[in-house]
Amino acid sequence: MADAVGLTPIPATRVENACASGAAALRQGLLAIASGMYDAVLVGGVEKMTNLPTADVTDTLAAAADGPFEISAGFTFPGFYAAIATAYMARYGMKPEHLMNVAIKNHDNGALNPNAQFGVTIQKWMEGRIASAIKKGKPAPNWATIWDFLHDDSANPMVAYPLRLFDCSPITDGAAALLLVAEERGREFTDHPLYVIGSAQASDVSLHDRADLTTLPAAKLASSQAYEMAGVTAKDIRIAEVHDCFTIAEVAASEDIGFFAPGEGYRVAENGLAARHGAKPINTSGGLKSKGHPVGASGVAQVVEIWKQMRGEAGERQVKGDIPLALTHNVGATGSTCVVHIFERRD
Amino acid sequence: MNETSETIRPFSAASFDQYLAEGKLMASRCAGCNSMHLPPHAICPKCHSANMDWVETSGKGKLAGFTVIYIAPTFMIEQGFGRENPYVSGIVELEEGVKISARITGVDALRPETIRVGARLMVDFIEFGEGEKKRTYLAFRATG
Repeated sequence: MADAVGLTPIPATRVENACASGAAALRQGLLAIASGMYDAVLVGGVEKMTNLPTADVTDTLAAAADGPFEISAGFTFPGFYAAIATAYMARYGMKPEHLMNVAIKNHDNGALNPNAQFGVTIQKWMEGRIASAIKKGKPAPNWATIWDFLHDDSANPMVAYPLRLFDCSPITDGAAALLLVAEERGREFTDHPLYVIGSAQASDVSLHDRADLTTLPAAKLASSQAYEMAGVTAKDIRIAEVHDCFTIAEVAASEDIGFFAPGEGYRVAENGLAARHGAKPINTSGGLKSKGHPVGASGVAQVVEIWKQMRGEAGERQVKGDIPLALTHNVGATGSTCVVHIFERRD
Repeated sequence: MNETSETIRPFSAASFDQYLAEGKLMASRCAGCNSMHLPPHAICPKCHSANMDWVETSGKGKLAGFTVIYIAPTFMIEQGFGRENPYVSGIVELEEGVKISARITGVDALRPETIRVGARLMVDFIEFGEGEKKRTYLAFRATG
């Protein structure tokens, strides 16, 4: 990367932490500046995935899990999150339709993001499929509403029950970058810098070794440590970008970061609280679901969305009102690494 | 079933698989704090002692979470699974309180709404492959 952007011979290091690589790299950059050793660090996230067949992508991503004990049981990444979902359904009475609401919300947001991979609402997606069938002279699918579409096994096939295609983030190519500078130099680069006031990272055991499958303990811990460092609470945070690699992951994340109580997260996409103009907007970018999930770049791209929203530069998807505080939540594997950052605007 | 120090197998995934091939689901038990670990650990995650024993589990448990997988990894496709023939993977909580990932058998993969979190399970072993490629996979069978 240093070569590609003409930054040799300055030090360049690759950070590998599965799907949390982006936020882990951000944190390494922050630590490098906090140490006093550097006063400017460029954090880049880059991933190229679409050149591999799906089975190869599945196998490659599975390397982030515990091979001998999880993968040999037949688990895939959609499978892990599906097991979280069935445990959550049994505990709280959630239905697969609640998860579909998360996808609907995130596609509504992504439709307003010109950089989204699948930047189209599910309604428009369905209409496109019908129009395409008619154009080809095939019988038009009999979908009256998006709920018919989302329940149709051919339109929205099962990947790992209860997760269907539209519950899963896609295979994506993408890149994002952040320039970190020491606090006293921020205004040399922009009149409206953002300040990172909380940064925390936690690790955890494999999914099967956790007492409770409905939550990601490392995400809870990283959140509470980031809040403590920032001196703020979940109530103070205006918007969040969370790691919705699967719809159930957003439900768990919305609880783990303290936006909603345990067992409440699955209702919020439906009741609008997490919508763009709700009380607690989540994934205004479209999230990993609609914007895309270029694995190592995702944690960096989350911060780009926060940057745009906090500075009022998010265009059509801009959240109304001031955003003095925002949060990002990035997860590796099934929560064996979680990284949370809190950002502040001071002006 | 503790073994003498001369014969204790390494606390590795390879030993665990070897035991599976012998029809045993084995965990490690810490001689220091008596905690049991599944998958086995060489170093106790609770007290950090390296003084471990192998112990055979009861093999009885209940389903903590599950999924029916349609988009399968390569090695499961080789076993005949996939879109037309989905399979069930789950997380099992043993009577001893430890948990493990395993294939789940004796349930209807095509009717996932009939699979119940909390269902009682008994350890089972699935063999696949011939000759040197033969491998035993951990499974649990629903017992009602």
